[in-house]
Amino acid sequence: MPAPATLVNRLLDLAAQHYGRPRETLTPDADLFKSLGIDSFQALDLLSRLEEAFSCEIPDYELQGVTTFAGLAEIIARRA
Amino acid sequence: MSTEVQPPAGFEARLDVPTVLAKQTLSAVRDGDILVVTMDSEPANEIGLQSLADLEALLEYTAMHPPRAMVFASARPNAFSAGADLRELHRELERHLGTGGDMAHAQREVRVFLDRIHGVMNALDQAPFTTIAAISGVCMGGGFELALACDLRVADKSARFAFPELRLGLVPGWGGTARLARETSPALLRDLLLTGRTLGAPRAYEVGLIQSPVARGEATRVAIAMARQTARFSPDAVAATKRLTKPLQVAELEAEKDAFVALFAKPTVREALARFANSTDIRPYL
Repeated sequence: MPAPATLVNRLLDLAAQHYGRPRETLTPDADLFKSLGIDSFQALDLLSRLEEAFSCEIPDYELQGVTTFAGLAEIIARRA
Repeated sequence: MSTEVQPPAGFEARLDVPTVLAKQTLSAVRDGDILVVTMDSEPANEIGLQSLADLEALLEYTAMHPPRAMVFASARPNAFSAGADLRELHRELERHLGTGGDMAHAQREVRVFLDRIHGVMNALDQAPFTTIAAISGVCMGGGFELALACDLRVADKSARFAFPELRLGLVPGWGGTARLARETSPALLRDLLLTGRTLGAPRAYEVGLIQSPVARGEATRVAIAMARQTARFSPDAVAATKRLTKPLQVAELEAEKDAFVALFAKPTVREALARFANSTDIRPYL
C-alpha cells in the first residue's frame, strides 16, 4: 500500500532541509542515498531524524531493499 | 587526531583547565576532581592497538591520580566510537596468515588482545569513582562495550547503538554481552545481537540503557554537569555503591572471550573481514 502523499512530501521536505538539497530535486522515486549523497553514518543519523519527526521506531531490518523515498515513506506509514 | 588539544564542551570558557594526558587517540583535561577524556581518532574512534595502549595509559594515570568522576566524550562529529578497528584486524590477520602463520596462532594473538582490552574494560567498570559516557552519533560494537563499562550514559538524539558483530560471524568480545544483560535485559541483548539492528536514543532511554537523553550536541555538557554532581558525594559511598550495583561477571566475561576466539577461526569470519575492509557500500550497517 503506497504511503499517503502528505507523508511522502513531509519526508522529502525533511530530507531537503537537513541535507541542504533543493526540494525540487528530490522526487518520491529517486534513490534516497544517491540523491542525498550521504554516507553510512549519515544514513543512521537520517534514521534517528525520521524516528523523531514521525514519532515511530524504524528497525534497520525494515529497510532492507528500500532505496526510494516512496519506499521509505511506506515503511514509516506502517510504523507511525 | 587534532594537533591542538581543545577543551571539551562545557569547558570552553575555562582557560585554566590543564591537559593532563595527551595521547595519539585521546586526551584528558582535569578540572579539580573531574576528568574529561576526549577520544579523537579518524574516522570514527575505532579502537585498535594504539587506542588500546592509550586507554591503558589513561588507566595508569587514574590509578595514580584518581578523579572523583570521569567523563568519556568524543571529538568526532558523527561518532562516540564505531568499535573495533576491523580494517586493522583484517590487515593483521592477512599479514599473519600471509607470512606462514597458522590460524591457531592467530587465535592466540586475538586472545592476548582480548585479555588486554578486558583488563581496560574491567578496570573502568570497577573504578572506585563515577564514570560517565557522553554519546553522540554511532556507538557500536567495541564502542558500545566501552560505554557499557561506564556507570552512566548520557546520549543526544543522534546516538545510535548496535552490536553488528554477527554480520561478521562473531559475537561481541569485549564484555558487551555480559554487561548489556546486566545493565538492561537478556531480551534486549538478543534483539540487538540476532537482528543487528540499531537503537536510537529515545528507545535506549525507555529500556534503561541510557540515563539522560539530551538535545543534539548537549551530551558532553550534561555529562560534565552530572560529573560535578556525583563528585560532591563521599568517595567511599560512591565506591560502595558501585560494589553493590556493578558485580563483575567473571564467568560470563570469560565465556564471551572463549566464544569469540572459537568463532574467529571460522573461514567465514576472514571472508567477512575482507568484505568489510574493501567495502564501498554506503549502508554497511543496514
